[in-house]
Amino acid sequence: MSEKNTSDLLMDEHLLETSVSREALDKLRIGDIVRLNGVIFTGRIGLYKKLFDEEAEPPVDIAALTNVTFHCSPAVGEKAPGEWEVSAVTATASFRFEKHLPLLMERHGVRCVIGKGGMSPEFYRDHFKRLGGVFLNTVGYGIGAQYGRGVQRVEAVHWLKELGIAQAMWVLRVKNFGPFLVECDTEGNSLYEMAMKETNENLKGLYADLPLPTLKRMGEVHNPEDEVF
Amino acid sequence: MPTATGAFIGADLIREVAFELNRRAAIHIPGDVRQSVRGMAERETERLSKFVLLEIVNNYEVADEDLRPMCADTGLPRFYAKVGNEARLEGGFVAFERSIREATARATTEIPLRPNRVHPITRYDYNNNVGIHAPSVDYSWEPGADWVEMTAFHKGGLFGGDYRMLFPGDGIDGIRRFYLDVISEFFKRGLSCQPAIVGIGIGGTKDTCVKLAKEAACLRVVGDRNPDPQIADLEDELVELGKRSTLGAMGFKGEGAVMDAHIEVAYTHTGGMPVSIHHQCFALRRSTARIHLDGEVEYREDPRWFTDYYRRDSVS
Repeated sequence: MSEKNTSDLLMDEHLLETSVSREALDKLRIGDIVRLNGVIFTGRIGLYKKLFDEEAEPPVDIAALTNVTFHCSPAVGEKAPGEWEVSAVTATASFRFEKHLPLLMERHGVRCVIGKGGMSPEFYRDHFKRLGGVFLNTVGYGIGAQYGRGVQRVEAVHWLKELGIAQAMWVLRVKNFGPFLVECDTEGNSLYEMAMKETNENLKGLYADLPLPTLKRMGEVHNPEDEVF
Repeated sequence: MPTATGAFIGADLIREVAFELNRRAAIHIPGDVRQSVRGMAERETERLSKFVLLEIVNNYEVADEDLRPMCADTGLPRFYAKVGNEARLEGGFVAFERSIREATARATTEIPLRPNRVHPITRYDYNNNVGIHAPSVDYSWEPGADWVEMTAFHKGGLFGGDYRMLFPGDGIDGIRRFYLDVISEFFKRGLSCQPAIVGIGIGGTKDTCVKLAKEAACLRVVGDRNPDPQIADLEDELVELGKRSTLGAMGFKGEGAVMDAHIEVAYTHTGGMPVSIHHQCFALRRSTARIHLDGEVEYREDPRWFTDYYRRDSVS
C-alpha cells in the first residue's frame, strides 16, 4: 500500500455484483467507495448464538446464497401477512462479533462484511487477510434512508419467530446499495488504523495541561491514544 | 374533581398527537440540526470527512423525499411532557400514559419503527416498543398554563454517554478532561454517530446529572446558550475544544464533530461535583406539540424544555 495518509486515498468508486468475486474483492483499497447489486443477508448476535453456540442447522445454504453479510436489523413493516417492506437500514457496531465472525467466514463462505466501526487491526490480519475478506463500513453511521432506498425487496426472513424482528436473519435483494467505505481490504489494511494515527497527534496535545481526576476507576483506560475495546 | 369550565384535554386527542409526534420525529430531522451539519459539510476541507458529512446531509433529504425513517435504529421512543399547572387531562395521568403506550405500539407497526425494546435478561420482544418502564415519560411543570406539551424523542445509542464523580478540587479542568475523555472514547470509529450535540450535566446527584445531561443534549436547539453567562462561556469553550480534537464524522480527521455543547447545572453535595456527559447523534429524532384545553394542537421543532421555572433557584 503506497498511501500513508487519508488525504492520499484514491477513494475510487465500485459497483459490485453479489456474490462478490475474489478478483473484485482484491481490487478494493481502503477508502474506496462501494455499492452493491444482488443479495445480502443480515446477522447479529441472535443469529450467531443460534448458529455457533447452539449449533443449530442453518435455515438456508448461506454459501450458495451470497458471500455478503450486514451487521444490522432493518426497520421493517409487515404490509400483509408474510409481506415485508424495509424502510431503513443502518449497521450495528461490529467489534462485538469478533468471537463469531471468523466462524461465519470459514464455515459459510462470507467474504464481505458490512458493519459499523470496523474491527481491530489484529483481527483483520488474523482473519480477513488470511481468508481474503473485506470489511465495508456504512457511512455516517446513520444514513439509513439511503440504504433503505437500495433495498428492492425482502427475499426471505429466517428464524423470525425464534429471534424476533430485530435479530432475525433477513435476506434482502438490493440494487445500487450503498455507499460503503472500504475499511479493511484483502491485504488486511485498516482505514481506521490510518485515520487514528492522524487524530491521536492532536489529542495528545489537548491533554497536556489537564491533570488526572482525583478519583480513579478500576479497569479504566487512561491513555487517550488507546481504544476502549 | 369538578373544574371551573369542565373542559379536559381528551385521551383520544393525546393518543392521536402522540402517534403523529412519533411519525414526525422518525422522518423529519429538526432544522437546527440539519443546518448545523450542512454548515460543517460546507466548511470541511478533509476529503474523507467531507464525503461523510455530505452523505449525512443527502440522507436527511432522502428521508424527506421517500418519507422513510432516516436511521434504521429508530431508537427507543420516549416522551417528555411539560404540563401546565392549570391543565386538566381526561382520565388523569393514568389515561395520559395509556394513550402514549397505545400510540407507541401503533407507531411501531405503521410508520414502521424498529421494535427495539426487549426484556433486558430474557430479551423478549413484544415487537411494539412497549414494556416495563417503556416508553419512559419525564414530566416538568409550567405555572399559569392550561396546556400540555409533549415531545417525542427516539433515542438511539449504546454509546456516547458517561458519568464521573469529580470533586471541587478537580475544578473546571476536571470537566474539560472528562469532556475530552468521552470524545476519545466515543468519537473514535464514530461510535457516537457524530456530529453530535454534547449535553453536560454538572452537580445534583448521580441520577440528576445524568438526566440533565441527556435533556441538555436532546431538548435544547443548536445555538442555544445557558442564561448564566459563566456557563455560556464554558459551553463556547467546549465547542472549541471539540473542534480542536480534530475527531470528525466517523472519527476521521476533520474540523471536529461537536454541533454544540449544552450545560445544565443542579445544586450538589458540598463535597462533590458529579458530572455526566451525553452525546446526541446527528439522527436527532424529536418533535414537539402543545395541546391546548380547547383541543387546538400546535406542532413545532423547539421543545423549549428549559424554562425559567424549570431552572428556578432557591425559594422565590
